[in-house]
Amino acid sequence: MSKEHESGMSVIVKTITRLTVGLIFLFGIYILVHGHVSPGGGFAGGVIIALSFVHLMLAYGKEVSFKKLPRAVVHFFESFGALMFLGIALLGFTSGYFFINFISKGQPFKLFSAGIIPLCNIAISLKVGAGLFAIFLALVLLKFEAEKRK
Amino acid sequence: MSVYLLCLVLFCVGLYCILRKRNVIKIIVGVVIAEYAVNLFLALVAYRFEGRAPIFSPDQKILNMVDALPQALVLTAIVISLATTALLVGIAMRIYEKYGTFDITKIKELKG
Amino acid sequence: MVDLYLLLIFMIIGAVIAVEVEDLLSAVVCVGTVGLALSMIFLILKAPDLAITQIVVEILCLIILIRATLKKDLPFSTSGRWLLNTGITVGFIGIFLYVASQALKELPAFGHPLMKVSETYLTDAVKQTGATNIVASIILDYRAYDTLGEATVLFTAVIGILAVVRRIGRKKQGEIIKEEDE
Repeated sequence: MSKEHESGMSVIVKTITRLTVGLIFLFGIYILVHGHVSPGGGFAGGVIIALSFVHLMLAYGKEVSFKKLPRAVVHFFESFGALMFLGIALLGFTSGYFFINFISKGQPFKLFSAGIIPLCNIAISLKVGAGLFAIFLALVLLKFEAEKRK
Repeated sequence: MSVYLLCLVLFCVGLYCILRKRNVIKIIVGVVIAEYAVNLFLALVAYRFEGRAPIFSPDQKILNMVDALPQALVLTAIVISLATTALLVGIAMRIYEKYGTFDITKIKELKG
Repeated sequence: MVDLYLLLIFMIIGAVIAVEVEDLLSAVVCVGTVGLALSMIFLILKAPDLAITQIVVEILCLIILIRATLKKDLPFSTSGRWLLNTGITVGFIGIFLYVASQALKELPAFGHPLMKVSETYLTDAVKQTGATNIVASIILDYRAYDTLGEATVLFTAVIGILAVVRRIGRKKQGEIIKEEDE
């Protein structure tokens, strides 16, 4: 543990966080990618990915978390998720109408199947995860500034 | 039928909290409880006796599934309710920072 | 169905405690127990998607509410005219319960849903969309407009929070606020 990371919680919490935060992130990606063959999907996966960064921020303080994921990147991902969802919907015009499932369906019960549904899951998860993490950042930073004034 | 009535009682607890309490955080708690009750009611409408979860499995043929449409509607409503709750919390923290209290009867400066 | 009733009564007791307790942090924790019981009820009602989403969203909601209430000791105010206000509120809730219970008689009975639309989804979803999770195929293929509207509402909520919280435009004359956070 280096010297400049003195903010945050105690050493026990930091060690446990360092061991588990990667697993939480990986579990979020698993829930997200398998959304069309098993329970889960974009909403739950996005919130789990946001929770992994929230976990990191609560344990280590805001400097380390901003080094991993700056605020501009969070806002970029949120807008990118919304635009990607709209873009997939607009691409349906190439073969018919809005939101048509224009990629081939594939074989059921396989990971690469179901056309645009996995792509939409990825877009939704980017949108939800980045949006909720931006909300959390805004509320936490407001609290920090109110404490600083006193 | 009595399950629906219990769900309505839960909604009424949230409604009482919204109408009667003077604290802003207590009002947010009431809104959250009412949202839970509405989500639960929609999921109760979709249930079917002896039903299975609406997910196919590769080796067996399942016919008696529960109604999947209200579940899909509730799935989006849960995430929206979290975002609106966070918006309410942000406004409440602004009120506390400006007036120094959460009590809505003491905030006389809100008038005019 | 005994477990369903038990969990519902547990939720009602937790909600009443959350409404009536004086400490704000205790109220928030009681709301957390209500949400976790709701997640278990979703699992009993055969909705695993909703259970996963609810348990994750509940944790984030709990974190946000606790951040709002930490270190703020507040007096519990009981203003005057307690009897009149409570009487009016209870009377209104009684009327609401009566009308709602009359309206509930028109619903199909519990456990026998009307499956007019969903029959089509259940029989044709795998053939038409290729996804074996029917909830995913409904929210992203049959009814994707709903999800688009949901994304719009979420975007609006995030913009609203950033507008409420931000510092620009609130400074007085002669005061300089550094804007490293925006």
